[in-house]
Amino acid sequence: MSIAEDDIAQIADLARIRIAPEQVAEVTDSIGRILTLADQLQAVDTTGVEPMANPHDAVQRLRDDVVTETNQREAFQAIAPAVESGLYLVPQVID
Amino acid sequence: MSWEMVIGLEVHLQLATQSKIFSGSATAFGAPPNTQANAVDLAMPGMLPVLNAEAVRFAVMFGLGVGAEIGKRSVFDRKNYFYPDLPKGYQISQFEQPIVGRGEFVIPLADGSTHTIGITRAHLEEDAGKSLHEDFQGQTGIDLNRAGTPLLEIVTEPDFRSAEQAVAYLKSLHSLVTYLGISDGNMAEGSMRCDINLSLRPSGTDELGTRTEIKNVNSFRFVERAIRFESARQLDILEDGGSITQETRLYDADRDETRSMRSKEVANDYRYFPEPDLLPVVFDDAYIEAVRQSLPELPRDKRQRFADEYELSDYDAAVLSDSRELADYFETVAKHCGEAKIAANWVQVELLGQLNKADLPLSECPVPAPALGGLIARITDGTISGKIAKQVFEAMWNGEGDADAIIEAKGLKQVSDTGELESMIDEVIAESPDQLAQYQAADDGKRKKLVGYFVGQVMKRSKGQANPQLVNQLLAKKLS
Repeated sequence: MSIAEDDIAQIADLARIRIAPEQVAEVTDSIGRILTLADQLQAVDTTGVEPMANPHDAVQRLRDDVVTETNQREAFQAIAPAVESGLYLVPQVID
Repeated sequence: MSWEMVIGLEVHLQLATQSKIFSGSATAFGAPPNTQANAVDLAMPGMLPVLNAEAVRFAVMFGLGVGAEIGKRSVFDRKNYFYPDLPKGYQISQFEQPIVGRGEFVIPLADGSTHTIGITRAHLEEDAGKSLHEDFQGQTGIDLNRAGTPLLEIVTEPDFRSAEQAVAYLKSLHSLVTYLGISDGNMAEGSMRCDINLSLRPSGTDELGTRTEIKNVNSFRFVERAIRFESARQLDILEDGGSITQETRLYDADRDETRSMRSKEVANDYRYFPEPDLLPVVFDDAYIEAVRQSLPELPRDKRQRFADEYELSDYDAAVLSDSRELADYFETVAKHCGEAKIAANWVQVELLGQLNKADLPLSECPVPAPALGGLIARITDGTISGKIAKQVFEAMWNGEGDADAIIEAKGLKQVSDTGELESMIDEVIAESPDQLAQYQAADDGKRKKLVGYFVGQVMKRSKGQANPQLVNQLLAKKLS
């Protein structure tokens, strides 16, 4: 599977990564090589192999439904860049 | 050309757990911003999710409630997207192996028929926080109290053909989940939010048309209106020979319209992959069986039982089993008075009528169920008439005591004393020579009508307290 420079721009946009125009060719090439590796893996016959969700041979332990946390808003907001009326402020995101 | 509407629904149901799905923060509604958002909810580095057992149990209860396959092994996945109210940059959800598989839902329709729709799946996931776009001069305020609240996303097949069916499903679903106690079902607080997938196709064809998705509609009424608006909008476009753009739309209740929400939706690629921080969730048959044993009686079973056991009409059985609370109230009344049909009537007409008038929920009803049962018992044992009972009920509603105390205090006991009634009847007959003559001249068919006048006069004279059956009997004798 190959990848075009246009795809890189779209993926970078989805991942919120800024790639400078002069870097695009290099990134396209290196991601292309990763995809070649993926192609090799895809080619392996996996008939009868169960998909693995996790490498550990264990199942999830569950937590009792109990509130164990207390309000630590002051501590968390002390390290936030901007807060107001208890809210975290971020650059406007509405479309 | 005639067109057929095709609708599928996705409901996000907030589960009524005390703590969040992956952290020990509280889930209570209405707390001051960010006071219920801890390090896990804020996605601080190194934090790990730990799954809430109750959220899992609630999901299994739902699955059993709709007769669905329970995924004995289910897996969590990361759904990746960027938005500031999702601090991790991904939502923990389930993709390929959901906890609840295919099921079925039978919905009762207004005309008494039923419509069966398929449940595709239901999966567990975490809710995001809330973004507040106003009041912050070009900035957005983020409240993460809701982040990590457990949600069950319930997805249906595209099996609805009208707005009525969709709303009937949502009402039944609401009834089921509140019966099960897995959600408070409070739509105003966002406990049940609905996404509507809607498309049109020429009647008689099988292929699906291009659909639009209307996001986050949060009331039954708005669901109905959004479907009406959106289907009319699509119809206009198709009849003009145009084509529908697949997109996400928003229902604006103030303007009663849907409009396009995101233009960037083209690149909607969530890049799902298994959540490495959580192991597969596995349970055995014994666990599922134990959950099954814990299920309460479900709405449709209760409806059936009410119809069979109490000989109620399908309509009455449906109204009274609509909520668990009302059903329990009715059964208590019926038990206390021993007359289920009269109890059904009183609960539906007088009780619900008064609650409606006072705009009170049943939980704040001033007349407890045993007290209403006690009042009805006084009708059936002949102490008071149904008419007087309404008066007593008013007094009970106003906190004047129980039925017996009110009947005693106000002297409302029915007059069943034959001598007393006979003298009243004699007086009435003596004062009504014209009516008497009319009566005597009439044939049997007319007499039945004319006797009503005399009954009315006797009731009036007794201030409504005369035993009506007895009055009828005595009158028949006196007039013949």
